[in-house]
Amino acid sequence: MASREKSSEARAAGSGEEIEVRGHIVDSLLLPKILDRILQMGGTFEIRECRIGVQRSDPSYARIGIRADTPEAVAEIIGDLVEHGASPVHPEDVRTVPADVAAAFPENFYSTTNQRTQVRVKGRWIDVEDQEMDCGVALDAAAGRARCIPMVHVELGMPIVVGHAGVRVLPEERSRETSLFGFMSSNVSSEKPKAVSLQGVADSIRATRADGKKVLLVGGPAIVHTGSAPHVARLIREGWIQTLFAGNALATHDIEQSLYGTSLGVSIAKGEAIEHGHEHHLRAINAIRRLGGIRAAVDQGVVTSGIMYECVKQGVDFVLAGSIRDDGPLPDVVTDVLVAQDRMRASVRDVGFALCIATALHSIATGNLLPAWVKVVCVDINPATVTKLADRGSFQTIGIVTDVEPFLRSLAAELTAGGAETGPGA
Amino acid sequence: MCPPDHFGIEYEINPWMSIQQGSDPERAAGQWRALERTLEDLGVAIDLMTPEKGLPDLVFTANAGLVYRDTFIASRFRFGVRQGETPHFEAWGRARGFEVLTPPEGMNFEGAGDALFCGETLFAGYRFRSDVRSHHWVGERLGVEVLPMELVDPRYYHLDTCFCPLEAGVAVYYPGAFDDYGRAVIRGRIPTLIEVRAEEAQSFSCNAVVVGRTVVLNQGAPALAADLQRLGYATRTLELSEFIKSGGSAKCLTLRVDGEEAAAWKAAGSAASP
Repeated sequence: MASREKSSEARAAGSGEEIEVRGHIVDSLLLPKILDRILQMGGTFEIRECRIGVQRSDPSYARIGIRADTPEAVAEIIGDLVEHGASPVHPEDVRTVPADVAAAFPENFYSTTNQRTQVRVKGRWIDVEDQEMDCGVALDAAAGRARCIPMVHVELGMPIVVGHAGVRVLPEERSRETSLFGFMSSNVSSEKPKAVSLQGVADSIRATRADGKKVLLVGGPAIVHTGSAPHVARLIREGWIQTLFAGNALATHDIEQSLYGTSLGVSIAKGEAIEHGHEHHLRAINAIRRLGGIRAAVDQGVVTSGIMYECVKQGVDFVLAGSIRDDGPLPDVVTDVLVAQDRMRASVRDVGFALCIATALHSIATGNLLPAWVKVVCVDINPATVTKLADRGSFQTIGIVTDVEPFLRSLAAELTAGGAETGPGA
Repeated sequence: MCPPDHFGIEYEINPWMSIQQGSDPERAAGQWRALERTLEDLGVAIDLMTPEKGLPDLVFTANAGLVYRDTFIASRFRFGVRQGETPHFEAWGRARGFEVLTPPEGMNFEGAGDALFCGETLFAGYRFRSDVRSHHWVGERLGVEVLPMELVDPRYYHLDTCFCPLEAGVAVYYPGAFDDYGRAVIRGRIPTLIEVRAEEAQSFSCNAVVVGRTVVLNQGAPALAADLQRLGYATRTLELSEFIKSGGSAKCLTLRVDGEEAAAWKAAGSAASP
């Protein structure tokens, strides 16, 4: 007897949430089924509101309070009911616990997605700032603000969101008809109409600029090898790119081309290896290291053309992230990956469109930092690169499988003033 | 209908499919043509979709979407391997003059595979492929009553594998595919019911095409055929074994574009007849 009293007391004091369910829930027996399931799963319910449709085609509505002994039990019941068309309302406030170890989350931390997220604080839903996947959420309850925080930046005692209660994710509503991002979103294929894809990319870039947002280019060295550097340089010169993410290689080959006319020793103009050309990239790095950096090399008139030259001249924010196999590297390369991540994180804040070209790892790294509402177009000759990016959660990515040179040449022709001036090979 | 030129078992998304077992393209083509001939023989005009390489299940046009008067609600497939079919079905609907609607992102809806009119009401299956929310959305958009019923046996993953309306108030169903609530909904709302036995349900006999008072179904359901004949229906039995290996039969291979015989809105004579 005592134990039964105790358990009913516990239930009264237990955890609760509200769900709502709408549709033809009476004749389909969904409403009785939902109520039965709540009881079967050890919960109790209270129908707080119920409106029955007058005619057969009218939907009905019910708002139901659910209680169970523990928050986990309530969550389990709601997880089951969602399958039958119920959705939670009035959830509890978000729960936090202070970080007990620096640079690590507390147990049971809420792990973020790249989708727009809100947390409930004192009955109000607030947006989570700096949305990024695979982070935790740090709450500043006094200021009423929440933000995504990477594991390494957790400080001892920082309040970190735990569990799923009081957290809601608002998936992007994407229109299917209005743009490239509507009808292209099926799957990765080399058999998409290229002209339409290109037009879509150009339109998105124009729209991003018109919105006052930044366009980000994430590029691999193939841009230079394929002779596309002048196209990119032109896009930068004419204000179509505000941010560049790359590694040591793109910058090195671009500067090598500016200094020697070669990329990894191969003449870009003739497509032939030059004698001792293999030394060029190292000599280029050395030259820049002796001057102290890319900006100094441009200021002193040593580097006079190319992607990096235009970046310096146009004030484009560039982040060059290092890798284990870098030669040199150039002094501008950020060799601590965590520092590089943070630099990239800071630089993606106002980005409205990201164009990832011929680089798998930099594209994925960037995809991980971008919220789901930033459009991403990934251009690569290898379909696997595009698939990889989408598989890692950046599902908003549109893939275009094509050779990058003709793509960039056409994009530059489409966007820049000298449209007809398409250079050699046009 | 969509010819099975590129039909095959290239993935496994239901308990019937086995990549190892595969299907025989020549036999499949023969069986499909026999179905086409049978329907033509019954006076049905057939509109053909263009098959697409890489979309082996495009033959199952029942899953294209849901037709209601001049509206076509295109499917949003649960599994990625079938999502490439949607643009083809949408284009088909548009080309035939339908107003094409697509359920919002995040919903799963597999068309006439999971939503079948019997009288005024749309009976809808959920759990394995479509979800309840999408059925509610469809009901709101069309202004019709929708009764979602939970499917509980993964072998009967679409409603049309276990439920077949014959005319308003008359249907064939396999009770074992539904939970108690689903069975109660069917029994409560459809006065004349033919129950299919477990062993005959396994031969996909519920997945039948109804043309007038003739029911075209896969072989292997003599008891059901006898029940149908007692109710005054003629039956045509075919061998569709190659498609059953993929989890579909006669009904799955067709989409009725002028409304199923059991749909009240068809009887009202307002068919889209594109």
